[in-house]
Amino acid sequence: MKRSEGSTVGGVAPPEEPTKQRLSLRVNGAEKQLDVAPWTTLLDLLRETLDLTGTKKGCDHGQCGACTVLVDGQRINSCLTLAIMKDGCEVTTVEGLARGDALHPVQEAFIEQDAFQCGYCTPGQICSAVGMLAEGHARTDDDIREQMSGNLCRCGAYPHILAAIQQARRTSAKGEGT
Amino acid sequence: MTTPSTQLGRPVNRVDGRAKVTGEARYAGEFNVPGLLYGQVVSSTIARGRIKSIDASEALRLPGVLRVFTHENRPSLPWFDRKYRDDDAPSGSPFRPLHNDKVVYSGQPVALVVAETFELARHAASLVRIEYKPDSHETDLRAQRKKAYAPRQGKDGFEPPPKPWGHADKALDKAAVKVDAEYETPVEHHNPMEPHASTVIHEDDGTLTIYDKTQGVLNSQTYVCNVFDLPKEQVRVRSPFVGGAFGSGLRPQYQLFLAVLAARELKRSVRVTLTREQMFTFGHRPATLQRVALGASADGTLEALIHEAVSETSSFEDYIEVLVNWGSMLYRCDNVRADYKVAALDCYTPIDMRAPGAAIGVYALESAMDELAHALRMDPIALRLKNYSERDQNKDKPYSSKELRACYQQGAERFGWARRNPEPRSMREGHELVGWGMATGIWDAMQQPASAKAVLGLDGRLVVSSATADIGTGTYTVMTQIAADTLGLPIESVTFKLGDSSLPMAPLEGGSWTVASVGSAVKEACEKLREQLVTFARKTKGSPLAGVGAEEVVFAEGQLRNASDPSRAVSIVEAMRLGGVTHLEEQTSAVPSPKQQAYTRCVHSAVFAEVKVDEALGTVRVTRVVSAVAGGRVLNPKTARSQVMGGVVWGISMALHEETALDHTLGRFMNHNYAEYHVPVNADVRDIDVIFVDEDDTVVNPLGAKGLGEIGIVGVAAAVANAVFHATGRRVRGLPITLDKLL
Repeated sequence: MKRSEGSTVGGVAPPEEPTKQRLSLRVNGAEKQLDVAPWTTLLDLLRETLDLTGTKKGCDHGQCGACTVLVDGQRINSCLTLAIMKDGCEVTTVEGLARGDALHPVQEAFIEQDAFQCGYCTPGQICSAVGMLAEGHARTDDDIREQMSGNLCRCGAYPHILAAIQQARRTSAKGEGT
Repeated sequence: MTTPSTQLGRPVNRVDGRAKVTGEARYAGEFNVPGLLYGQVVSSTIARGRIKSIDASEALRLPGVLRVFTHENRPSLPWFDRKYRDDDAPSGSPFRPLHNDKVVYSGQPVALVVAETFELARHAASLVRIEYKPDSHETDLRAQRKKAYAPRQGKDGFEPPPKPWGHADKALDKAAVKVDAEYETPVEHHNPMEPHASTVIHEDDGTLTIYDKTQGVLNSQTYVCNVFDLPKEQVRVRSPFVGGAFGSGLRPQYQLFLAVLAARELKRSVRVTLTREQMFTFGHRPATLQRVALGASADGTLEALIHEAVSETSSFEDYIEVLVNWGSMLYRCDNVRADYKVAALDCYTPIDMRAPGAAIGVYALESAMDELAHALRMDPIALRLKNYSERDQNKDKPYSSKELRACYQQGAERFGWARRNPEPRSMREGHELVGWGMATGIWDAMQQPASAKAVLGLDGRLVVSSATADIGTGTYTVMTQIAADTLGLPIESVTFKLGDSSLPMAPLEGGSWTVASVGSAVKEACEKLREQLVTFARKTKGSPLAGVGAEEVVFAEGQLRNASDPSRAVSIVEAMRLGGVTHLEEQTSAVPSPKQQAYTRCVHSAVFAEVKVDEALGTVRVTRVVSAVAGGRVLNPKTARSQVMGGVVWGISMALHEETALDHTLGRFMNHNYAEYHVPVNADVRDIDVIFVDEDDTVVNPLGAKGLGEIGIVGVAAAVANAVFHATGRRVRGLPITLDKLL
């Protein structure tokens, strides 16, 4: 693992006030050089420092999935991830899925199938769905239900989330065929 | 001026959909401003007693920690209870954060740590040392049952139990067939995905813009103004998006008080976001103990109906909800007695939670009806039809509409009910027992006074606004449809604004009354715009519609047209030019029509559920639900379906998963996180089929629509519990039906 420079030079900071470390991230395609305290999670970095509030905090304990983002293409709970662990990584949040005005097929499908109500779990659901489809292990509807079960939706939109993922999968399959 | 509806009844996609799928939609805790401070709440660890001492010195030593607010250093605040009351407050003395050294429930906020960063505030909060002098507490409803009392009334919208009629107890004694059972329902917490948060932006002149998680921006604004003695001009509350609430946002919660307090004292912008654990510290669905006793003659005629309930409240307020009134609304019976009491516990005051009262009251009632059907060897639907009420006996009024028979019939048909073998344990699939159960649902169809403003510009855009909320219910979308429909505009030409205390008055978003209330105001405001446009078009010389009768003018595709000769038309913008105006504005208040008073107005449903129970493991799966709803006119079948489907998921959850467990030794909720407080995940939810039966209602409100936010949950838990009985022969009378109760 790459070590950041100047982490504890001087060693004067009291333990309560952790020294910030230099971190490089590529967030939604943009290079970021950031000084980040080691106790800052990737989720809080995104929301509080980078103002990317699309990624949600629902529990801060890795229990609800609202904070799901893609790191190097893999879905993770950003609340359980210290930002400094991801030095040099590529992070995609819900803000980075659309291409200009053109929404990602999963985003389109979520609107069309009314796969959300309050919308708070939605960015996590969408990032999770994109990650899950890329994993390529979901063959049946039951697979999708199971593999999307790390993302809670208190509004109870699950049947429509399933329908949206099915739609997105069809759209993508067609897109690849042409 | 009758124009065929072009936007209402269409499955329009949510107009806020794009904002929600791209992450642009900002919720209360997501408005970042320069210099924002973070407040972290310290929660009490005892349920009752006094704070002996608070030592914040260690926290305050950290650079970047600005202040630790406690009861010892808070500013002076008003004394009278009425200053702390809000639109959803029950009788009593509302909870005041940091008021004094008294602890009245476990998890009570006792300090607020304010720091430059979130992490620092969280860490500093862990360093605040508090010593308590604990008193004994009581959190067990069963233990307090004997001290239950008739609650003080005074909560808006509460209907006391009906006065008894006939001789219910005697009739029960004499009845040929009877059921007399006790049902128990646990504490539940709303657990919206978005934690409660308030971002208070402090301007240099002392004015506050507050982004609050609430179901009523005006309620929050009034509360802040009363408590902090501020004029309304200095406090603007906004809530453009709400990440679920389900009732938890009906009252201003303590994070609002604390964030405003800190912002005023520090003259800085402050955000307070509750942790998931703290989401279990301000209001919940109350635990109840209910007795339902039903007596019937051999042919199934209901002879006696008794529903008694004891529900919990806090030591400081009398929370009340309509729990025991539903039976005598749904079923005709000559001997009825209902009784409702509350018992005070050392917990926070309960708060309305999706279909308050009905969700749990109808669960007990409809479970007992299933028990009665079984005892009578009668089909559960036949029993309900036998005792079908054409009138609301509680008030002796007819229903404004009640297509519940159609719900039973269409629901049963879609579900395949006719193929049900009535014998318990008679249906099996592989290693699983299969059970089919059904139940009835009912909820009020209310309308409250509301206002809306409509502004039409020369660019052809219509902006309509009202201080209501969209908590995921689809308010943005349906109001846009109503406005577009009234003026014959495409959806894209209309913007609806909400969640801002500077907008026209709207009631709290709750009770399933928003479409009826705010929707009627939107319709009226747009109709007034129509009248003006029609006048311009008819009365201006040279207008293609000059001299055409007012009732001949229709609105379609952005034009005013002569109904009998559509070639005679002017665009809305041309009509405004004819009138010599640069914009048109109308603000109206819609109030319920007096003719409503002659009727009881309700939404109804019939719910059918299939469960599969693994006999060896006791696990229950709900594999199919059909919910047939009589909800008046459906304005948007897409969002309406989502509302009911979500309600059904809540019902499944109530039946099988949800329970906040209390440790009575500590007086504390123990499973205060998403890992231990179970709500369904995707894999728990299978096929849900929603049917809207035709129902024409010209009384309920000018739109003929009934709210659908709560009806979806009502009856579901009973249908599931009845299906579990049908599958297993085991009658579980306490929720949730966990596997330990079946083994």
